Amino acid sequence: MGFFLEVLIGGLMTGMLYSLVALGFVLIFKASGVFNFAQGAMVLFAALAMARFSEWIPGWLGIANPVVANILAFIIAAFIMFLVAWLIERLVLRHLVNQEGATLLMATLGIAYFIDGLGQTVFGSDIYKIDVGMPKEPVMVLQDVFAGGLLINKEDFIAALVAALLVAALALFFQKTSTGRALRAVADDHQAAQSIGIPLNRIWVIVWTVAGIVALVAGIIWGSKMGVQFSLVTVALRALPVVILGGLTSVPGAIIGGLIIGVGEKMSEVYLGPLVGGGIEIWFAYMLALVFLLFRPQGLFGEKIIDRV
Amino acid sequence: MARQIGEVILDLQNVSLSFGGVNALIDISFDVREHEVRAIIGPNGAGKSSMLNVINGVYRPQAGEIILRGEHFRQMNPYKAASAGIARTFQNIALFKGMSVLDNIMTGRSLKMKANIFQQAFRTGVAKREELEHRAKVEEIIDFLEIQHIRKTPVGRLPYGLQKRVDLARALAMEPQILLLDEPMAGMNIEEKQDMSRFILDVNDQMGTTIVLIEHDMGVVMDISDRVVVLDYGKKIGDGSPDEVRGNPEVISAYLGASH
Repeated sequence: MGFFLEVLIGGLMTGMLYSLVALGFVLIFKASGVFNFAQGAMVLFAALAMARFSEWIPGWLGIANPVVANILAFIIAAFIMFLVAWLIERLVLRHLVNQEGATLLMATLGIAYFIDGLGQTVFGSDIYKIDVGMPKEPVMVLQDVFAGGLLINKEDFIAALVAALLVAALALFFQKTSTGRALRAVADDHQAAQSIGIPLNRIWVIVWTVAGIVALVAGIIWGSKMGVQFSLVTVALRALPVVILGGLTSVPGAIIGGLIIGVGEKMSEVYLGPLVGGGIEIWFAYMLALVFLLFRPQGLFGEKIIDRV
Repeated sequence: MARQIGEVILDLQNVSLSFGGVNALIDISFDVREHEVRAIIGPNGAGKSSMLNVINGVYRPQAGEIILRGEHFRQMNPYKAASAGIARTFQNIALFKGMSVLDNIMTGRSLKMKANIFQQAFRTGVAKREELEHRAKVEEIIDFLEIQHIRKTPVGRLPYGLQKRVDLARALAMEPQILLLDEPMAGMNIEEKQDMSRFILDVNDQMGTTIVLIEHDMGVVMDISDRVVVLDYGKKIGDGSPDEVRGNPEVISAYLGASH
C-alpha cells in the first residue's frame, strides 16, 4: 500500500508539471484558435533567459545574494516573454486574422524554429543550470501510518505546489477580472468580441504573455531538474497527449489530463513494465492519446465538435 | 421625452461590395438620421446583412464611403465602429455561450473600463469601484429588458427568444449612439415579437438611440420604422416612409414577383 501511494504521488506530481506546459497550449488555443507549436520553443527560450541572466546579473550588478539575482532574472525573463508575445502579435498574428487554422499552425511552426535559433544565438547553446534553491533530498513522511513511510521527492513536491498555485491564480484571473472576461469572450467569438469593442490585438498580446510566463515557470522547474538544454523543447511534446486527453479548450481539462497522464505513466511503468519489458513510460501517454482520438476526439472536457449541415 | 429626429448622423455613399464574382451590394447610398428608426428590408439574399456588416466593418466594401458624423471612412473595422458608438446584434446570435447572462452583458462595458490589468489582478480600489459602477449600469439594462430572472444562467441554456434579448442587452451596455439590429425578431412567436418591438421602441424613445434594423416581418417593420430602404439583389429599389415604400411598384414586384 505504501509503495502504491508512493507511485501515485510521484505520478501526480509529474502530472502537475505536464499540466503546466499543457496550460500554455490551452490558453493560446482558447483565445486565438491557434494550436501553438512554438510552446516548447518558448519554454526553452524562457529557461535560457532565466539561466543566463541569473548567471550574468551577479557579475554586472555586483549582487552576491542568489535570491535577489534570481528574482531579478525572473523579472527580466518575464519581460522578455512579454516582448516575444508583443512581437509575435505585431509581426505575425495581426496579419493572419481570420485565416485558416492550418495557416496559423504553420506560422507557429515557423515561430518555433525561429525562437529555437534566436535563443541559442543570444544565450548560447551549452547546457546551463538554473538554481532557484530547490531542495534536492527526498523526505520520508507518514512513517507512523505505513511501514517504512512514504518517500517523497521534495523538489517535485515544491514544483507541483508552484504549478498548482499558478494554475489556481490564472483560473481566478480568468473568472474574476474584466480582462479575464474579455479573454473568455474572445475565445468564444472573435467577431462578436470585436464588435462590442474588445481589442483583439491587446487580448492576444496578453494571452501570449501569460502563456510565455507559464512557459517560463515550466522552464524553470524542468530546467532546474534536468538542466537547461535543447531537449527542453521536447517537454512540450510530452504535454501534447495531455491536451488531447483533456481537450484543447479546457483549463480544468489540462490539469486533469496532466494528472491522468502523469499517474498513468508511472503506474504502467511500475505495474505493467515488468511484464512487457519496461519502457512503457515513454509511449504510454501517446497510446492513451491515440485511444482518445479514436473514441472521444474532443477530449474529456473539450467542446463537442458539431458541424451544422 | 418627445423624440426629435435630427440631422443625418450616418451617410453611406455609393457602397459596392463583392465576394469573388458575386456582387453583394451595388452602388448603394442611403442615410440615417439621428434618433430615427431606419429599416432595411428586402427578399432573402438582397444584401441586407451585408449592408449592416459594411456599416460595422465586418465587411470591407470595394467602393464607396461611410460618413459617420461628418467623418469620412473608406471602410470601418468592428473595433473602430464600436469605439465610434456603433453597437450591433447578430442574425445568428453571437453571444459568448459559456458565460452567464450577466457576464455577457458586462463584456459590453469593455470600452468604458479603464482599470489596467495589474489593478484588476490585485483587485485595487480603482478596479473594484469600476466593476461596481459598471455592474450597476448593467443591472439597469437587465431591468429595462426584463431579464432579471435569468441573469446567472449560462446563455447557451436559454431559449432562442431570450438569447435575442440578451444579445440586445449586451449591445445596449455599450450605450451606443447607433444600434444595428440584424433580424431581431427572426424565429420568434407573436408574443415575443411584440415584446421585442416594444423594447426597440423604448430604446429609441428613452435612450435616444438611433436604430438601423433588418427585419422580415413586414407588419412589424411598417409599424416601428420612420423610414425604410428596400434592397433587392444588391441594388436599392426603394427608400422612403413606410407608406411610400408600400406603394412603390418595384418593391411590390420584388416581393410578390412581377407580372409579365
